Amino acid sequence: MSHHDELIATDIVAYLQAQENKSFLRFLTCGSVDDGKSTLIGRLLYDSKLIYEDQLAAVENDSKKSGTTGEKPDLALLVDGLAAEREQGITIDVAYRFFSTDKRKFIVADTPGHEQYTRNMATGASTADLAIILIDARYGVQVQTKRHSYIASLLGIKHVVVAINKMDLLEFDQGVFSSIENDYRAFAENLGFEEIVCIPMSALDGDNITTRSERSTWYEGKTLMEHLETVEINRSEAASGFRLPVQWVNRPDLNFRGYSGTIAAGTVKSGDEVIVSPSGKRSSVKSIVTYNGEVEEAGEGAAITVCLNDEIDISRGDIICDKDHPAEQSDQFAAHIMWMSEKKLFPGRQYLMKINNQIIPATVTALKHKINVNNFAQEPGKTMELNEVGVCNLSLSKPVAFDPYKNNRHTGSFILIDKQTNGTIGVGMLDFSLRRAANVVWQDLEIGKSARAGLKLQKPAVLWFTGLSGSGKSTIANLVEKKLFDMGRHTYTLDGDNVRHGLNKDLGFKDADRVENIRRVSETAKLMADAGLITLVSFISPFRAERQMARAMLEEGEFIEIFVNTPLEVAEQRDVKGLYKKARAGEIKNFTGIDSEYQAPQNPEIEIDTVTMSAADAAEQIVTYLEEKGFLES
Amino acid sequence: MKDLTHLERLEAESIHIMREVAAECEKPVMLYSVGKDSSVMLHLALKAFYPSKPPFPLLHVDTTWKFREMIRFRDETAKKLGLELLVHTNQEGVEQGVNPFTYGSAAHTDIMKTQALKQALDKYGFDAAFGGARRDEEKSRAKERIFSFRSAQHRWDPKNQRPELWNIYNTKISKGESIRVFPMSNWTELDIWQYIHKEQIEIPVLYFAAKHPVVERDGTLIMVDDDRMPLNEGEVPQEKMVRFRTLGCYPLTGAVESEATTLEQIIQETLLTTTSERQGRVIDHDQSASMEKKKQEGYF
Repeated sequence: MSHHDELIATDIVAYLQAQENKSFLRFLTCGSVDDGKSTLIGRLLYDSKLIYEDQLAAVENDSKKSGTTGEKPDLALLVDGLAAEREQGITIDVAYRFFSTDKRKFIVADTPGHEQYTRNMATGASTADLAIILIDARYGVQVQTKRHSYIASLLGIKHVVVAINKMDLLEFDQGVFSSIENDYRAFAENLGFEEIVCIPMSALDGDNITTRSERSTWYEGKTLMEHLETVEINRSEAASGFRLPVQWVNRPDLNFRGYSGTIAAGTVKSGDEVIVSPSGKRSSVKSIVTYNGEVEEAGEGAAITVCLNDEIDISRGDIICDKDHPAEQSDQFAAHIMWMSEKKLFPGRQYLMKINNQIIPATVTALKHKINVNNFAQEPGKTMELNEVGVCNLSLSKPVAFDPYKNNRHTGSFILIDKQTNGTIGVGMLDFSLRRAANVVWQDLEIGKSARAGLKLQKPAVLWFTGLSGSGKSTIANLVEKKLFDMGRHTYTLDGDNVRHGLNKDLGFKDADRVENIRRVSETAKLMADAGLITLVSFISPFRAERQMARAMLEEGEFIEIFVNTPLEVAEQRDVKGLYKKARAGEIKNFTGIDSEYQAPQNPEIEIDTVTMSAADAAEQIVTYLEEKGFLES
Repeated sequence: MKDLTHLERLEAESIHIMREVAAECEKPVMLYSVGKDSSVMLHLALKAFYPSKPPFPLLHVDTTWKFREMIRFRDETAKKLGLELLVHTNQEGVEQGVNPFTYGSAAHTDIMKTQALKQALDKYGFDAAFGGARRDEEKSRAKERIFSFRSAQHRWDPKNQRPELWNIYNTKISKGESIRVFPMSNWTELDIWQYIHKEQIEIPVLYFAAKHPVVERDGTLIMVDDDRMPLNEGEVPQEKMVRFRTLGCYPLTGAVESEATTLEQIIQETLLTTTSERQGRVIDHDQSASMEKKKQEGYF
């Protein structure tokens, strides 16, 4: 690390002190493929003397093998890390780089240019304060420039540097530079950036990176490095007041109870009055505890532990706030979502949301519109695919504390997790509370569910029959209902075909419609359970996630999943309604088992093998189950 | 209030990551390799949970070829702090007599380190393991997530990494899978030294220059730490003033000649040097993509 700082050799202690007080900037680089992102970062590392001789020797060696720069060392090879990338000469994943100057330390997120890796660019942008958007001077503003600018804006970046690169190939023509600058400022006008700085440069040759170029004497602004060293970032998040999202309750023994977390905004002093969101409980700060002793005050970004003067119930997921500016709370939101997975987003399907240190079930109740990230136009859509951005309504299983993302990046952001794969499949930024939770108060009726059910001498249940078309679901359900009716029980059957004639006649058979179909039926079944009925639901319901959603809506033990297990060959051979023949002939699209997936239950309460068991025996087995589990009072 | 400095921000980020693991993972462990990075990581853990103790044990994978001083320092540190220390050695490897001399550095590292680590993680059923790796160390590390997922076979799939936005970490895994967590991903070597200096963190004395018996092999100075080291014909260990920039198995760790006996002098030398830190590690020399390959096979 051949820093040419003289202090290193002459007074190392003074040097270390100077280093300890450096400020800090995180930025990302983005732009189209081949605009020279990796070369620019290689240049910054090289010019700030952060490349060791052995690293440079390795790059010079590699440049001869796979470089694209002729005689000059290919600085991009310093940063393209993964073997696959080096072979293909592309950057597929976000890479983090580190360098420093005498004034600042920098963390750079080097993000990929290809459209299919847009999500990786969003990853880099989420922690950056500034974006460098590269433009190849020969081509000007491209679709990719717009996409990356939009995503930078969406993720809340306020400072943009437009690096108009490869100016050496155009003899540093001022006219070209001005025309690109004008184009950029025109389209970026509504993206909410506080500052846009355009710099003409050549990353390959180093013009206007750390030293002013003699080839662009007409350019009077700062070099890239000067700008990065001096740009002021206002980190005190927009007027929201103190926020401490509680991450961990610190309880070494009975005498100490502290709340650990990272301050998301504002400052806190001992004695400050606080309010806890969402519970609304109040207290004041007794002490701020750190390993190095108690401190009087702590600010944004610090990871602290606070003790309060009152014993109130606070757990992970709560936010301790300044008493005059509490965080909002809601269970219904409007949010911008960016989809990160090849599995599509379906409104109605339940996901897990991680927000402010807690994980809770969440459903996208409506996809209002999608945003074309190339021209920012609003487009309708029923589902969202990889890399798409949309505005959605979300419903959570309980209220959470939050701030709108535009006010606070930490308390306004969330991720969505797939319940089956555990993957992070979407990320989001909260816009505002829909406040339905506050306005629509659940009517507290005097006659409750158990009273209604008790009158009928039964406990409510939802018998959920799932299986392939023609597996025998409805046949068995009919027999069960008949038996229960004969026993004087109160029942109702929701049948897939019948419901599609009325309540769900606006829905087709695409995956998104199937999800909505099940959601409505689940809600209906829930109302019937509330009425005290034993409800029989006979639906193919091919997706595990929707059956899980139905289960989650009901009380513990109310949902009884009955897997009517008939192998495809057998169901197809029976073909009671002649549907399989039509599906095979291509007359019916999206037919479960043929060209649409059926996900068999993993742990159903009851499994019926229709190959070995008759429908009557199956019905008998189910009624016996209800008796044994105490659903039927005698 | 004054904005946090660079080091304060790095410290806070690491603490946030450790607390997240403690809050969400069922059975975390901290990989403790006794080097300076491990010393910093352990110090961060003490800070993260104070006044509680870190709610996880330390695990050291002992290849049986570590410097004797490392083992002493390890045991003393765990005792002094009152932390649970687990030590695991690949017994099959010991029975086969695996060593860096006759098996070569690659096979030795694979059997005594990579395989041993997998054995230990499986044996105790840890679902999350902290490691002290940094993104500035090596090119494939630069692209690795802070929460890095491993299949039940401990494999890393660099093309299928979860998006990691803001400071929200997805810790959900299926049975058998595990997470490697790198709380110091965003630190650089200089940050580590500065932090050791600022916080006065104790590190093994091998980092400081002292007289040690060494032999020179292929341009690398190897310390003769015990009598298991086979000497070539005519090879006589020389007492030289040396120190180590990294610590590992003594036959695989090159020393540098140095007069730096204080922390300030070490930092000064580090800043003035012109070769990167990992050069002293014999295992990385094979080929440029070697670390990525090792990691896919389960190397930490």
